[in-house]
Amino acid sequence: MGKATGKALYADDLTFPGMLHGRTIRATIPRGRITGVRLDFDAAGFTVVDHRDIPDGGRNIVSLIVDDQPCLVEREVRHVAEPVLLLAHESREALLAARVHLEYEEQPPVFDPLASDAVLKELLIEKGDLARGFERADLVVEGTYRTGHQEHVYIETNGVVAVPERDGVALYGSIQCPFYVDRALRVMLGGSRHVRVVQTETGGGFGGKEEYPSMLACHAALLALKSQRPVKIIYDRVEDMLATTKRHPSVIRHRTGLTKDGRITAMDVDVVIDGGAYVTLSPVVLSRGGIHAAGPYRCANTRIRGRAMFTNTPPNGAFRGFGAPQTQFAMEVHMERIAEQLGMDPVQLRMKNALRPGDTTATGQTLAGDCSAQRVLREAVKRSGYRRKKARAGTSGRGFGVALFYHGSGFTGSGELKLASRAAVEVTATGVRLLVSSTEIGQGTRTMHAQIVADAVGVPYEQVEVAPVDTSIVPDSGPTVASRTCMVVGRILERCAREVRETLGDLTPQQYFAAHGPLRVEKQHEPPGWLTWDEERYRGDAYATYAWGCNVAEIEIQPDTYEIRPIRVTAVADIGKAIHPALATGQVEGGTAQGIGFATIEQVVMRNGAMANAQLTNYTIPTTLDTPVIDVVLLENPFPEGPFGAKGLGELPIDGPAPAIVNAVRSLGIDLREVPATPEVVMLAAHSRAAVEQHHDLLTYGAALSGVSPGTS
Amino acid sequence: MKFTLNGSEVTVEGHPMARLLDVLRLDLGLTGTKEGCGEGECGACTVLVDGAPVCSCLEPLAHVEGRDVTTIEGLGDDHPLQRAFMQEIGAQCGICTPGMVLTALSLGPKPSLARIREGLAGNLCRCTGYEAIYRAIQSVSGERDHRTPDADTGDPRS
Amino acid sequence: MRSALSTREMVRPRTVRDALAALRDDPTLQPIAGGTDVYVGLNFGTLPAMRFIDLWPLEPLRRIAPAGEVLSIGALASFSAIMRSRAVRSRLPMLVEAAGQIGGVQIQNRGTIGGNIANGSPAGDTLPVLAAAEAIVVLRSASEERRVPLSRYYTGYRASVRQPDELIVAIEVPAQSGAQWFRKVGTRAAQAISKIVMAAVRDATPRIAIGSVGPTVVRVPRTESALANGASIDEAVRVLEQEITPIDDVRSTAGYRRTVSGNLLRRFWADTGARP
Repeated sequence: MGKATGKALYADDLTFPGMLHGRTIRATIPRGRITGVRLDFDAAGFTVVDHRDIPDGGRNIVSLIVDDQPCLVEREVRHVAEPVLLLAHESREALLAARVHLEYEEQPPVFDPLASDAVLKELLIEKGDLARGFERADLVVEGTYRTGHQEHVYIETNGVVAVPERDGVALYGSIQCPFYVDRALRVMLGGSRHVRVVQTETGGGFGGKEEYPSMLACHAALLALKSQRPVKIIYDRVEDMLATTKRHPSVIRHRTGLTKDGRITAMDVDVVIDGGAYVTLSPVVLSRGGIHAAGPYRCANTRIRGRAMFTNTPPNGAFRGFGAPQTQFAMEVHMERIAEQLGMDPVQLRMKNALRPGDTTATGQTLAGDCSAQRVLREAVKRSGYRRKKARAGTSGRGFGVALFYHGSGFTGSGELKLASRAAVEVTATGVRLLVSSTEIGQGTRTMHAQIVADAVGVPYEQVEVAPVDTSIVPDSGPTVASRTCMVVGRILERCAREVRETLGDLTPQQYFAAHGPLRVEKQHEPPGWLTWDEERYRGDAYATYAWGCNVAEIEIQPDTYEIRPIRVTAVADIGKAIHPALATGQVEGGTAQGIGFATIEQVVMRNGAMANAQLTNYTIPTTLDTPVIDVVLLENPFPEGPFGAKGLGELPIDGPAPAIVNAVRSLGIDLREVPATPEVVMLAAHSRAAVEQHHDLLTYGAALSGVSPGTS
Repeated sequence: MKFTLNGSEVTVEGHPMARLLDVLRLDLGLTGTKEGCGEGECGACTVLVDGAPVCSCLEPLAHVEGRDVTTIEGLGDDHPLQRAFMQEIGAQCGICTPGMVLTALSLGPKPSLARIREGLAGNLCRCTGYEAIYRAIQSVSGERDHRTPDADTGDPRS
Repeated sequence: MRSALSTREMVRPRTVRDALAALRDDPTLQPIAGGTDVYVGLNFGTLPAMRFIDLWPLEPLRRIAPAGEVLSIGALASFSAIMRSRAVRSRLPMLVEAAGQIGGVQIQNRGTIGGNIANGSPAGDTLPVLAAAEAIVVLRSASEERRVPLSRYYTGYRASVRQPDELIVAIEVPAQSGAQWFRKVGTRAAQAISKIVMAAVRDATPRIAIGSVGPTVVRVPRTESALANGASIDEAVRVLEQEITPIDDVRSTAGYRRTVSGNLLRRFWADTGARP
């Protein structure tokens, strides 16, 4: 009840005796070198930290995949808002009044990912014989599709408190992945200092608190260690929007060969994403995006090329969907254009080409009975009244669009094997306790895991306790991302719980504890035996299973203002098994709303490499008056190796709404291929393809993109 | 500065221009009211002043002198709206929930779906897509706008 | 909040007279009404003012009272109060519509019409209504009271004829004839800053005012006389497109504002045309 009573404690609700407040001084240019730092305030009471305060034996690095991102700038600035200096003071007022002057030698920045010669990562997926596939085609359809940034706007901003503890720190914070933070602190501090990370109640994450908190934690820790006082750093909304990660913008080209009756014979896809100035998680975003780029469709001859490029902008990062919303946006709008060119019903086209059990994906993975592409499509069409409503659309002025999509559950390929996640179940005096590092960030982790353990042990839900997420107490269950919390971690818990059940025999946990004392069962993730993945060639079983979704969007376009008004979005999702149907429905509703925002009103405006509209007044997410009726249907086509048959759920829902809405606009005769489809864009799209592309590129990158002549794609 | 807070009179020593949000959180230790944006856009800082929702991040302490202020703590532990929010999963991450519950309280009994949408337009939620929030509020009054699969509800804002 | 409060002072006059005396003695005092604009500036650290004067408790400034033909709306009338007022609902329904689209209920409970005028943003939602209604701003200082038509109130971007020692005490709206029309185009359906905001009255000569298409709210006299002189709506739209000077900004584009203004003009003309 803590959330409804105000008693739940989020990072900014914590106070510690002697606590200082921290502040980050940031670069204000996109590229160059720092030539001078001048402190213009009375230093009394201040703790000041720069890169020289990284302990000996430590590293000026925020460790993630590739250790390229400094914790604090030494000399070289690669993006606006890059952190240079840290200040702490007891008084927030004094802290905010302190003036620091940075001097620079500027260098010409690169904002255009297509012009950048700095490749962050490349990807190639090949299947069959592309040339032969095109030879077999009666028709070739080409197109270029664009998606802009998206900002998470978790209602609680990023924040942490670092408290000196033993020779190191305890770090409390709004965090999705406590062991990522734990590791980043250990790498930065070096030596074998004590590190303990505790997740506070977290007010939304959506990926925005997957990797960024490591940076923030390192900053707070440095201030805490230097001052030997607890230090709290809470970003205000403007700083959070300006400095932290966003969804990668993308430019995606499709070239598809089809027979005249609509069967796909060849698919050639080229994906470019803008990674910003450092690697962070871009290789994995590209990976997931690339694997999903051919959509839930069967095709014997496929080539997917991808590249993530460096630009002098704040690094982009994890955001629900993680590359798949971008690439499936492109695929689904492209499918719509194919249907238009063939004069074919969009549902028929998808039904004909949808993956079925026994088919292989672009990476050559053979799908089993848990493939539900046609089933979700059929259900969404039925549930939404698509056929009947579309027939009347001429008079009603409404647009209807369909999007079919899927989402791989868990980490890609051998990712889960490498993570080697662990979970534990204990028998206690009062019942049973589960221990995981999975975080509750609103999706109901605690409830869902407790449900699994309760059902598997055979005790009432109320007798299951969830251990606090403290890295000194819980095992590393891997990060709370990638739609893995139920399917992967829940499965480990299920196995632990079943073993506990066997050991208990006829005894209740309380009886067992009284007779034998405590019991702990800890297990590690076991990837399915049949899963094989070739990391070099991107071939094989990319994911253990997929969740499947279909959206039908019903919209109107306001004739005077070109605003897209969503009326209803039908969201069908096959998630294997709904462990807690209300929670699952909430995930679909929430993800759909975020997808609607991504499609229509969420525009990041970049100027000179920085977000120019970094306020909630100017970056607008949907209110109650912007969201339509969201009608959810959950289907259950079980994955045998998920807990009670469950597949991943969290990200699937955000993959479909944007293309469904754009396809609905297309059904009204407007050639739209980008999101966000703001009214300005819809207005331009009615007249000029080139103008739309120029507008999108100007707002997203600050200038026209090279190498793609506007209007020719 | 004297005012009534959750039914009891309090006296606070504070700058008259101090934000009510900070007075509540820092001076009075009531951290149930949250800061989401500092610009009156998200509604996470909503409190009731004389029963009317206001953004406490934009409210000077001076403006509540002699007034009746209600925060989420004032609803206690077991208000029907609180129970409904938990039951219907109207709270996912929970950070918008205190503000959302208070604004909902001010909507009066048996609000229609249209009234709820209108009344909550100043409270942003990023997790739920709002649907479960409507279910929660309507479950308290017993009112539930039926939405069958074939029903064409038209403009949700009408 | 990013502004140091310990260096700031708030003067709290008990009466309007005391308030005006304080302003006379220190014209640098920044008035605070509901706080919905001032506090955004304080939160962001963009408001340089150091001394403030609190108008909020001054009840006489809240009065909404018809005085014969004229409707007087106190500067401190909140948008919520305006929406509830029978007098405003019957005489100036387009103001009720505008007030209901300014932010969510929290902002409507605290934002005031005087604040909207004083803030002087070209996107202020009540301003086109007041301009189209040919309202009069009542300014008062310790020594005098004067009335300035809204059409002469603004002198440039966020600049007005109001002297630092003057307060806006009321806005006076003359009797209106003709159908009233209002439309706000924001960045989303609610809680949005206007990209274009238009109010219009279908009188013998139509009165049309638009916000966010120039440095201040503007009337469009050439468009108005074109319509009054029997021009076709297509011609009037052409005149309008030349008459306004919208810009590109983080919320929208000049091209969008220009085209949509024309569309809104058509809509106003069609919506108000069939009336007897």
